[in-house]
Amino acid sequence: MRNIWTIAKREYKTFFASPAAYVVAGILYLILGVIFYINVAAAMTQQYVPDVQVVISPLVTLLIFATPAITMRLLAEEQRLGTMELLLTAPVRDWELVVGKWLGGFLFLLTVIAVTLLYPVVLNQLIDPGIDQGLMVSGYLGLILLTGSLVAIGVAISSLFSNQIAVFFATMGAFLLLWIIGMPTQLMGGTSGEVLRYLDLSEHFYSTFYIGMIDLRDLVYYLSLTALALFFGTVSVEMRRWR
Amino acid sequence: MIQVEGLTKDYGARRAIEDLSFQVGRGEIVGFLGPNGAGKTTTMRILCGYMPPTAGKASIAGFDVIEQSLEVRKRVGYVPETVPLYPDMTVWEYLKFMADLRHLPDAEDKVDDVLELVHMEARAEGYISNLSKGMRQRVGLAQALLHQPEVLILDEPTIGLDPAQVFEVRNLIREIGRERTVMLSTHILPEAQQVCNRVLIINKGRIVAEDSPEQLQARLSGGMRIALRVAGEASGLAELITPIKGVNHILEVRQDGLDLLSDPGVDVRPEIARAVVNARYELVELKSIGLSLEEIFLQLTREESSIETGLVTESALADNGHEGETNA
Ligand SMILES: Nc1ncnc2c1ncn2[C@@H]1O[C@H](COP(=O)(O)OP(=O)(O)OP(=O)(O)O)[C@@H](O)[C@H]1O
Ligand SMILES: [Mg+2]
Repeated sequence: MRNIWTIAKREYKTFFASPAAYVVAGILYLILGVIFYINVAAAMTQQYVPDVQVVISPLVTLLIFATPAITMRLLAEEQRLGTMELLLTAPVRDWELVVGKWLGGFLFLLTVIAVTLLYPVVLNQLIDPGIDQGLMVSGYLGLILLTGSLVAIGVAISSLFSNQIAVFFATMGAFLLLWIIGMPTQLMGGTSGEVLRYLDLSEHFYSTFYIGMIDLRDLVYYLSLTALALFFGTVSVEMRRWR
Repeated sequence: MIQVEGLTKDYGARRAIEDLSFQVGRGEIVGFLGPNGAGKTTTMRILCGYMPPTAGKASIAGFDVIEQSLEVRKRVGYVPETVPLYPDMTVWEYLKFMADLRHLPDAEDKVDDVLELVHMEARAEGYISNLSKGMRQRVGLAQALLHQPEVLILDEPTIGLDPAQVFEVRNLIREIGRERTVMLSTHILPEAQQVCNRVLIINKGRIVAEDSPEQLQARLSGGMRIALRVAGEASGLAELITPIKGVNHILEVRQDGLDLLSDPGVDVRPEIARAVVNARYELVELKSIGLSLEEIFLQLTREESSIETGLVTESALADNGHEGETNA
């Protein structure tokens, strides 16, 4: 447990020394701000009341693109620097390493997400009688769970290569695939359709958290996806020793 | 302290080390000597628990490197060949991180201690990316010493250093070796000679010789290298010397004499002196200058490759002063 924290802490600090992380966060805030401004302006002129979804909806999409850029270095960089040899010969279990990496990346993205709370706060001031707080809480909870899963998948893929660019594209590909895998099931019936829809990352977000509902099944889905990805990451690190 | 038995490692189809067996006692400084690709790094990585062997067993301080890997890792300090460090951390941050991974009590004091030991206090707050190669090497060493390990494993600790730094690192290793078991790999022979109590020579994944530097030299060279120097005319010396009993062969003919290799166990110098003087050469020097480790090493590895299967036994090497005859 202590090792997980040691590794996560180092990782978290490294992000703040990394220009790439600032660029990713900066772009995310910029796009989010522009969309927010357009939405609020449109709402003003067209006389409707925007809700917190004008923040959450683009934020989800932006996280799908930002997360690979944040997670790509987690294990791949250790491999490239050769520091993997240091970590794998220190008295640290493989799963502690993987979970520590995950926690570091997750905490950093949580920090990024925390800053976006500024937009709902601003929105709350702009509209009367304020935003729907339930919608905001469930939306952000879903966002956090989703991010946890994304980072876990990112760590697992980061353990496969030492080239960060390769990791970035592989991770992005995996995210997009999982994001849309449920789509064709609208045409498809039967159990295979059900299975695909269950696997879909977006399905568990948009059909509940996004519209203000919290369903235990979605919670279980995101938590087990996170655990599964971390398990694969650990296996992959172990396999690396056998090569 | 270190026990290795029948260690074999295959990378895919390539066999990196084969049936390696050796032991290192407490407090020994053992040199692991071999050319590029001999399998030094592979062996050390297995010992440190970085990867499991394909076959065989190894244990450190009584703990099996596979079954009790964590126990082994707690007791070993390891500096990999590439001295991996995090360039975006300061020296102090890095050492603190490594100390925390080892759950050291008073981690900050321990960091200060090792910094002092490797003379890097002045650069503690500096970023690792700004350090010279030698300083990095020292930081790597500091990291390996944090937990005062029973066993220190150093993969080519002096590679890429300037002579002054090499000198310093060697002294440091000798200092450390007074209390701890050290295993270091190198392909620099004088280094093994200067630093180690014992040398293991490895080539193509097999141990080809094992002894103290002095013994190894004596055993492997078999005979002595003898330098004969005369004043004035030196032609015809080789013809005169070769038939003498106990002269193995002429190593080198020079303008002022020659170097020869004697058979093991005999001192041919009186015989040579007599012959040379009787033949009216003006003898000015006749001395024994044992083979250097370089020569032994070249001889060993050359013989190893000249026999296709590489099956040179230690005993065959031990009574070998006869170049070429081991081919039989
Ligand atoms: N990760 C790897 N994958 C495949 N083959 C490897 C790997 N590491 C080493 N080898 C091979 O195993 C053999 C032994 O390599 P090793 O690195 O142990 O040698 P070494 O004695 O440390 O050499 P050097 O003096 O160059 O460091 C070599 O033939 C090498 O090509
Ligand atoms: Mg090596």
